[in-house]
Amino acid sequence: MLLIHCPYCDETLPEPEFTYAGEAHVARPADPMALSDEEWRDFLFVRSNPRGTHYERWRHINGCGRFFNAIRDTVTDKFAMTYRAGEPRPNLDALKEAAE
Amino acid sequence: MTQAFRIPGAGRVDHAKPVRFTFDGKTVEGREGDTVASALLANGIHLLGRSFKYHRPRGIVSAGSEEPNALVGTSRGPGRSEPNTRATMQEVWDGLTVESQNRWPGLDFDVGAINDRFGRFLPAGFYYKTFMWPRSFWDKVYEPFIRRAAGLGRSPTEPDPDHYASRHLHCDVLVVGSGPAGLAAALSAGRSGAQTVLVDEHAEMGGTLLSEPGVRIDGQGAWGWLDAALAELRGLPNVRLMTRTTAIGYYHQNMVGLCQKLTDHMAAPPEGAPRERLWRVRAGQVVLAQGAIEKPLVFDGNDRPGVMLAGAARTFLHRFGVKVGHRAVVVTSHDSAWHAAFDLARAGVAVAAVVDVRPEVSRVLTGQAEALGIEVLTGHTVTGTTGRLRVASVRVNPVRGGRVGAGRTIACDALLMCGGWTPSLHLFSHTKGSLAWDAGAGAFLPDRKTEECEIAGAGRGLWGIAAALDDGAKAGAAAAKAMGRVAGVGTFAVEADRTGDGVVVKELPTDRNAGLAKAFIDFQNDVTAKDIRLAVREGMRSIEHVKRYTTNGMATDQGKLSNINGLMIAADALGKEAPQVGLTTFRPPYTPTTFGALAGYHKGSHFEVTRRTPIDAWAEAQGAVFEPVALWRRAWYFPQFGEDMHAAVARECRAVRTQVGMFDASTLGKIEVVGPDAAAFLERMYTNPWARLQPGRCRYGLLLGEDGFIRDDGVIGRLADDKFHVTTTTGGAARVLNMMEDYLQTEWPDLDVWLTSTTEQWAVVALQGPNARTVLEPLVEGLDLSDAAFPHMAVAECTVAGFPARLFRVSFTGELGFEVNVPARHGLALWEAIWAAGQPHGITAYGTETMHILRAEKGFILVGQDTDGTVTPGDAGLDWAIGKQKKDFVGKRSLQRPDIVAKGRKQLVGLLTEDPKVVLEEGAQIVADPNQPLPMTMIGHVTSSYWSEAMGRSIAMALIEGGRDRMGEVLHIPMPGRTLRATVAAANFVDPDGLRLKV
Ligand SMILES: [Zn+2]
Repeated sequence: MLLIHCPYCDETLPEPEFTYAGEAHVARPADPMALSDEEWRDFLFVRSNPRGTHYERWRHINGCGRFFNAIRDTVTDKFAMTYRAGEPRPNLDALKEAAE
Repeated sequence: MTQAFRIPGAGRVDHAKPVRFTFDGKTVEGREGDTVASALLANGIHLLGRSFKYHRPRGIVSAGSEEPNALVGTSRGPGRSEPNTRATMQEVWDGLTVESQNRWPGLDFDVGAINDRFGRFLPAGFYYKTFMWPRSFWDKVYEPFIRRAAGLGRSPTEPDPDHYASRHLHCDVLVVGSGPAGLAAALSAGRSGAQTVLVDEHAEMGGTLLSEPGVRIDGQGAWGWLDAALAELRGLPNVRLMTRTTAIGYYHQNMVGLCQKLTDHMAAPPEGAPRERLWRVRAGQVVLAQGAIEKPLVFDGNDRPGVMLAGAARTFLHRFGVKVGHRAVVVTSHDSAWHAAFDLARAGVAVAAVVDVRPEVSRVLTGQAEALGIEVLTGHTVTGTTGRLRVASVRVNPVRGGRVGAGRTIACDALLMCGGWTPSLHLFSHTKGSLAWDAGAGAFLPDRKTEECEIAGAGRGLWGIAAALDDGAKAGAAAAKAMGRVAGVGTFAVEADRTGDGVVVKELPTDRNAGLAKAFIDFQNDVTAKDIRLAVREGMRSIEHVKRYTTNGMATDQGKLSNINGLMIAADALGKEAPQVGLTTFRPPYTPTTFGALAGYHKGSHFEVTRRTPIDAWAEAQGAVFEPVALWRRAWYFPQFGEDMHAAVARECRAVRTQVGMFDASTLGKIEVVGPDAAAFLERMYTNPWARLQPGRCRYGLLLGEDGFIRDDGVIGRLADDKFHVTTTTGGAARVLNMMEDYLQTEWPDLDVWLTSTTEQWAVVALQGPNARTVLEPLVEGLDLSDAAFPHMAVAECTVAGFPARLFRVSFTGELGFEVNVPARHGLALWEAIWAAGQPHGITAYGTETMHILRAEKGFILVGQDTDGTVTPGDAGLDWAIGKQKKDFVGKRSLQRPDIVAKGRKQLVGLLTEDPKVVLEEGAQIVADPNQPLPMTMIGHVTSSYWSEAMGRSIAMALIEGGRDRMGEVLHIPMPGRTLRATVAAANFVDPDGLRLKV
């Protein structure tokens, strides 16, 4: 069972308090009607599905209720970090370098 | 019985306390402190069961939880029987009932053993090959055969009367295993002040120390030192010791599951005591000190009762005071078995010979053997055993320059084998920690760690008590330091330690036809060396494929003894090195775990919540039959005067259509949408237009996913410019709120809107039927209920029966209808007030079945029944619910996707059977031509189907390809034994013009 840091509560809490909510940084287009069928298909269905670093969304559903973003490794399942919804996509490599 | 193999006064059992239990109905006497295995061995009983596939006689192989063979059924009364209990772990108590397994009619003579003689017909992969053809053999031949053969114990059929507990535990350092490494780790961590937990699966702590009384530590015997160490640990308030506690799984972020057995060792468990307790431990640091597991050697006849691991023989001797035989032979590739031979010889067992596959062995060992009168046979192999139910002799041959010489036979009643030791890294593997082959140690050792853990002692290939103590002390100190403690590393003065090494072998060489050898690798699944080689010959290349094809390592012991031997032989057959072939994956649980422990408190009424409405008690008192709906229990129908369901539902339907019915609609999902941008928010979420909906009016709302498919629906009332009362389906409430929150928080955070779930704040009474207004009007204050003042789809706040209410004029039946919302605490009183007021007007309570029928008579959809996640508004005939002027809403763009505008999509239509008495089955498939060849082309299915009392016939709704273009067409519904005919019709059967609403 993972421990997850909610960036709103600023607490690290057990996984059953949270639900997964799909890939992060897939913004709904401002004007969907302006998109071609292919572009709309990609928005709906095409996801990065990486082996390794994954930017994804979680919700602290049994807590504060907020959606937030996370960087997690799909091989180890481990979280690198979590951050608030709306914040820009962090550069994981830069963060690692800064930490060293 | 006599306990002829017990050494008086020896071991750690209490010789003053005899314990009597039964084995296959015969009374057996053991001693307090015995396991079933040690007590049986003390009485000379080695034969404990028959093997899984060949029904070969099998005995005790090990002395621990890795035991593959000695599986027995244990029982303490009805519902309290357990199959596949390892005899090496079950402690004896007065009155325990033990049964051997997998034998018929008896253990000594077993009919299934004929499989053994026809073993060549049951080769590797026989599951996949034999049972493929002919198909007709399956029911009569193969399945009964498998059921008879797969006789690994019998499950109890009664409910388990025991209960099981569970707890959470947080600690700084969790130490798994209480041998020398674990004890030293716990001492380091405990002395530092760290919150420390030490667990061991056995009844007693000490691990290897219990089997090595001759070793001296810090000037004391091993057992004296152990007592002192345990006393010190018990005296530390920050240390918790747990015996009979197995670490079953190692999960993310140092969460370890422990299963603690609480009563299985007791003759009289305390009343009400839980049988087991599951601990979920979150540890800052974990020290894995699980030691190593001895490997069997692979040779013909290595599974005969009396053939066992040399280390096990040493454990039975020292810990239980039991000799495993009177005349033993040892066969080994590792020094440790020599010490077992010496200990047995000193205890009075005649050790005929030590057979070592290595040509050269330390002079110290051979000298000691000769001094004890043991024949030394280095550079030898074992090529067979004899004995029907117990080993009687062993055949040994010299090996010179790779050639196996002439064999000779040595009589024995115990054959002790040792193929070296496998570090016990199962829990480490649960963490996805990687292993690396260490050629020096001849074993896989821990490599890259993924969790905050230390591996100490034999688990990382270190051999001997001194090495284990030192390594454990360091690991415990490191773990404590990682938790911010100041920890010293203890040192230990160890004398008479018995270190040693060995070589890794595959199956032993033989002068006989290896193809006829019964050289077992996996005792529990009856897998032989020959099976592994056959799997490779038949094309298996990956060790994962070899495992599944042969079932090696797939029994309840997860291959604790067999995996490395299987790998060595597979690697040899593949012509590769062991590390290139790799290991299969170990998964939790470490040892078989009861479902009871895993379920814990979550059983019976605690399995999941049952949500009840404020009116539930009234329905129960009226004798309602309930049905579960999305965790709610809802009144399904209200049978009166002995009615069956059909009669009750027909009466309820008639009442609503002719007089008035009342229905508990409290389970409807309710969300309060409030804020300056509330209308703008709903405008974006729902397909319908909301901006110009006037306060005091409501509208049917349709919610799509971004993919254009229907997700939910419900009536939405506008109470004020900035306040909406949204209703959802009963099952969809949480999902809809989650979806709304998602969009509000992440896509449109600029909107000033608040969402609140109010499902349980409101009790809802639906009043439906021509007399609805007559009943309600006298109860309402502050509102004119006339059609002109309060028309269909109006909403108002008023007082009903003295309670503050939100009153909706809505209809899910097609009749004049109202839904009264009052604060939940007033729900029952409101219900009773309406019930009383309705008595003169024929009021009838109705349940969900009648509600479903009445709405189907009107063609109103039930999301999730008439839709399935692939249905668009157009498919469902709900195009009218889409705001045509709206530029955007969730799912709008998808309604122009090519596959959604394509012709021939399944559309929701009505279906009327040719025989009006026939009610179609929901889910039944529909075809256009019943005479087409199989497999038929299915063009749709029935989604809703009922007897309609109002129509005097059956009605149905169905999703059918191009359904709206098929009006009047006759379609066919093939059912077992007959094909039904039905005509496509509009899905609006009663009052299609909606005149009944305009009253
Ligand atoms: Zn939170």
